[in-house]
Amino acid sequence: MSRVTIYRILVIAAAIGILELLCLIGTIDRITMQAPHLIARDLAAILVAGKLNGAIAKTLTNASVAFVLALTVGIATAVAIHGYRALRETLDPLFATYYAIPVFGFYPLLIILLGLGDAPQIMIAFMLGVVAVIVNTLNGLDRVPNVLKKTARIHGMGRLDLAFTVTLPYAAPHVLTGVKLAVAYSLIGIVGAEFIMSRGGMGYEISFAFTNFDNATMYPLIVLILLVSITANTLLSLWEKMLLTRRGYS
Amino acid sequence: MPDVHVSMRGIEKTFPASGGGREVHALGPIDLELHRGEFFAIVGPSGCGKSTLLELIAGLAEASAGVVQFEGREIRGEIADRVGVVFQEDACFPWLSVAENVAFGLRKANLPAADKARRVDEALGIMGLQDFARHYPAQLSGGMRQRVCIARTLITEPRLILLDEPFGALDQQTRLLMGEEVLRLWRQTKATVFLITHALDEAAMLADRIAVMSARPGRLIDIVETGWPADRDSRIIERVEFGTITSRLWRSLRAESLKAGGRPADRA
Ligand SMILES: Nc1ncnc2c1ncn2[C@@H]1O[C@H](COP(=O)(O)OP(=O)(O)OP(=O)(O)O)[C@@H](O)[C@H]1O
Ligand SMILES: [Mg+2]
Repeated sequence: MSRVTIYRILVIAAAIGILELLCLIGTIDRITMQAPHLIARDLAAILVAGKLNGAIAKTLTNASVAFVLALTVGIATAVAIHGYRALRETLDPLFATYYAIPVFGFYPLLIILLGLGDAPQIMIAFMLGVVAVIVNTLNGLDRVPNVLKKTARIHGMGRLDLAFTVTLPYAAPHVLTGVKLAVAYSLIGIVGAEFIMSRGGMGYEISFAFTNFDNATMYPLIVLILLVSITANTLLSLWEKMLLTRRGYS
Repeated sequence: MPDVHVSMRGIEKTFPASGGGREVHALGPIDLELHRGEFFAIVGPSGCGKSTLLELIAGLAEASAGVVQFEGREIRGEIADRVGVVFQEDACFPWLSVAENVAFGLRKANLPAADKARRVDEALGIMGLQDFARHYPAQLSGGMRQRVCIARTLITEPRLILLDEPFGALDQQTRLLMGEEVLRLWRQTKATVFLITHALDEAAMLADRIAVMSARPGRLIDIVETGWPADRDSRIIERVEFGTITSRLWRSLRAESLKAGGRPADRA
């Protein structure tokens, strides 16, 4: 383990330790927050009892669907528009200002259009993630050296072959940056939408627990969301690191 | 009459104006025939259109005027079968291992996997890369990466091999040795070789015929026949004729190189 990794673990452990201490001596009262060890115990209890499994499954499934949609639509769009300069220059301002748009503002409209089921939530999460995938994929595709494309042509590759065997693999580290953002945005989108208006899911359960002063449910669920997001991100970062090491960046 | 493998008649290439600049007349007119099985080299000042000419022969670009024929069929911006190219720039795929890079050459070939694997092993062996099959390009030297590209080209068994300054980035000793390897491969495969180089000694040592190109727009200003035996190697540079050939090349090229460098010939 590198020194930096040890420092990072120490920082996190210290933060949890301080929180634990503040809760134990009563600086943070029980109604505001439970001590970290109680949160861990409650989380284990919730998972073992399984009464929130449905909510957890709903959130993670919807986030996965939104993520896969953002990924496939994003990559396909990037590959399709990559070669068209005028089109890209037209779309550039949209991409550049996209994340200034509060997408959640459209949620009521999406509910009207798509109904009160999972669809508008998935749509929100998809809309949040897709442009990050497009922009990062385009960025990677722009960097593919011409000589690699020529090599592919010399070996008889058509446009689709070229994308799958040369340009996308070359752009993979950049695409992965988009993928990491899409994972985060999918979770944000789904949980956020569940918070605002929904009949289930982790966001709904958190907000329900909040209005009922049910800390034994609220904090464990928040921690669970954190764990899911951090785990996904760590795995992707490891993959990214492997790709980059192979290419001589380390 | 020698057997004509590639013929170019009235070839010209003009790049359209872009970014407010003027159009670039890069090349031509050029008339040239490559004979089947010969080792042909081309030398010329930087920017005279050598790579452009190679792309026209390869079918990677279309001529603005004139006709290119390979094995009697016109090439017009589409890639002919059995033409191999080793580019000036590093063309290894950085995410593929050496063996996978070489196997890329057979991707479109309709062969059983076992045959492909055997041919990859063979090509790696020929290029002295067998111990590096699982390495990635980033772990190799520039010379070894260029060998990977040569192996990837060889594995397709091309009848015409186009080499664009393949040893440009290598040191002198490595270049001489790589030159010997290319000669050996040329004898083994009986392919026609078209080599672009800026090194006169390299051209003089390797080729049967050497064309000298003018500054841009590139035209052929001289063609030198070396008359070397087919089983030559780098020791040929000790011969007197070698000196005669290089000095003739240099005489033709000197004025052109000065033009390309932007200085008037008479004052240099
Ligand atoms: N796509 C392009 N658009 C515009 N001009 C181009 C293009 N490709 C090449 N040129 C121009 O055509 C000329 C010939 O280029 P080319 O690359 O063929 O030269 P070269 O002889 O291979 O040079 P070098 O020895 O440096 O490799 C150059 O002046 C170059 O700027
Ligand atoms: Mg060139």
